[in-house]
Amino acid sequence: MLRDITLGQYYQTDSVIHRLDPRVKLAATIIFIISLFLFDGIAGYVVAAAFLVLVIKLSRVPFKFMVKGMKAIVFLLMITVVFNMFLTPGEPLVTLWKLKITKEGVKTAVTMAIRLVFLVIGSSVMTLTTTPNHLTDGMEKMMSPLKKIKLPVHEIAMMMSIALRFIPILMEETDKIMKAQIARGADFESGNLIKKAKSMVPLLVPLFISAFRRANDLAMAMEARCYRGGEHRTKMKPLHYERRDYIAYLVVIGYLIVGIAAGKIVGML
Amino acid sequence: MSIIVDHVSHVYGADTAMAVHALKDVSLVIPDGQFIGLIGHTGSGKSTLVQHLNGLMKATSGNIYFNGEDIDSDDFNKKMLRSKVGLVFQYPEHQLFETDVFSDVCFGPKNLGLSQKEVQLRAYEALKQVGLEDEYFYQSPFDLSGGQKRRVAIAGVLAMKPDVLILDEPTAGLDPKGRDEILDQIAKLQKETGITVILVSHSMDDVAKYVDRIIVMNKGSVMYDDEPREVFHHYMELEQIGLAAPQVTYIMKDLQNQGILVSDDVTTIDEAKEEIKNYFARLAQSKRHGI
Repeated sequence: MLRDITLGQYYQTDSVIHRLDPRVKLAATIIFIISLFLFDGIAGYVVAAAFLVLVIKLSRVPFKFMVKGMKAIVFLLMITVVFNMFLTPGEPLVTLWKLKITKEGVKTAVTMAIRLVFLVIGSSVMTLTTTPNHLTDGMEKMMSPLKKIKLPVHEIAMMMSIALRFIPILMEETDKIMKAQIARGADFESGNLIKKAKSMVPLLVPLFISAFRRANDLAMAMEARCYRGGEHRTKMKPLHYERRDYIAYLVVIGYLIVGIAAGKIVGML
Repeated sequence: MSIIVDHVSHVYGADTAMAVHALKDVSLVIPDGQFIGLIGHTGSGKSTLVQHLNGLMKATSGNIYFNGEDIDSDDFNKKMLRSKVGLVFQYPEHQLFETDVFSDVCFGPKNLGLSQKEVQLRAYEALKQVGLEDEYFYQSPFDLSGGQKRRVAIAGVLAMKPDVLILDEPTAGLDPKGRDEILDQIAKLQKETGITVILVSHSMDDVAKYVDRIIVMNKGSVMYDDEPREVFHHYMELEQIGLAAPQVTYIMKDLQNQGILVSDDVTTIDEAKEEIKNYFARLAQSKRHGI
């Protein structure tokens, strides 16, 4: 029933992109997203597309997994395109009754669509090639300067990884309790809204109890192993940059420069 | 009131790269009033199979018939099926949610749309059947001990008056005393009411004492389906798939190896006791004749 939902959609394989330090991937994703908004004109987006294709090829993740993420934004994409097309003032191309499609509108709509699609694919590449644990590790390390202003960086990262870790467990638990109650004649589907909400009680009460029980057990297990927060805590596999990570940084910066330059050169012509 | 499982297969994640064949071409006939043990190692498909029997899961291929009706046909009343085939899940105490024991047991029969009186009568009967004392009826189910919680959960299914009761590992996580109590109660219930009981377990010792028939599952297929003593003859093969015959079977084998000629055709401690006593009687008799 709920088995089909995937969160933290890591795709298991071995590739250069998978082996990169999570900090590189995080930084690269942020730079890529910024670049999409910096670039002006078609040349920049050609460069961005080429970069994206290169990274996807290197990552060895089948392209259809990238497209999966698109399903979630199809609706948003359509609204953006339609609104931009009709509501941008400018030179009219087609007039339908009171609605006008303008030249500028088409241009913005296409730009917005490209930006959104690239943005989603770009960030999917990151989540598909990095395990959630790696990702939080990278975030913790990147945000560690913020400790200076008393931000509990380690605790935030720990909470994030625990939350991620619990999603599949609670999902499975929900599935199990749901089945158990259906076996006792419970009905989760029919009836009006109030009846439906009421029918959730036999599902939610056991789920909450189980979540608290698990949280308790986990806290106990962590304390039994002397966990006491981030102070002086060392890691089994500390993150450190390798040669490929520096190369990756150079590639990303190179991409940014090429993209901006391409836009400028085409603009001058 | 029989269940027929006809060439049923089930595949998890059929259209992904990680497709798992949980059931492979399983065919079974479950007649009325039988006490059946369904045994298999973790991941052998036993839990998947029992969830097919009350329509919680849909077979990828094959059919299941309840009293001659295909349970997957569109006009089949699944709610009726679930009241007739009661399924008690693993760790059923995790599904308790009401503020007191009695109302929790009422949940099942209430869903069947029975009158208030009938619901309460059934709940009371079910709680008596699992042997819970009256003093606990209006306590919060969360204040009870593990074994008591489990009985309440089983009563919750019993209160629907099923014709077939399926229990998925009802003794998991209980101490030996709690385990024996629950199993004894189920056996007593089966005898008194004559319902069909399917006991899912991975422990032969649990089921050997009670059941009329054992179905051994391995990797999604039925490996053996026979009377307990017949199944235990294959104890070597059972060991290979991570199961074992009951401990008494091994003791009898050891005795045989020591030159003590007892039959290994026993499945319970009581039978073993009788057999050993008989052996000594035979021995004494032959000695007398010898002199």
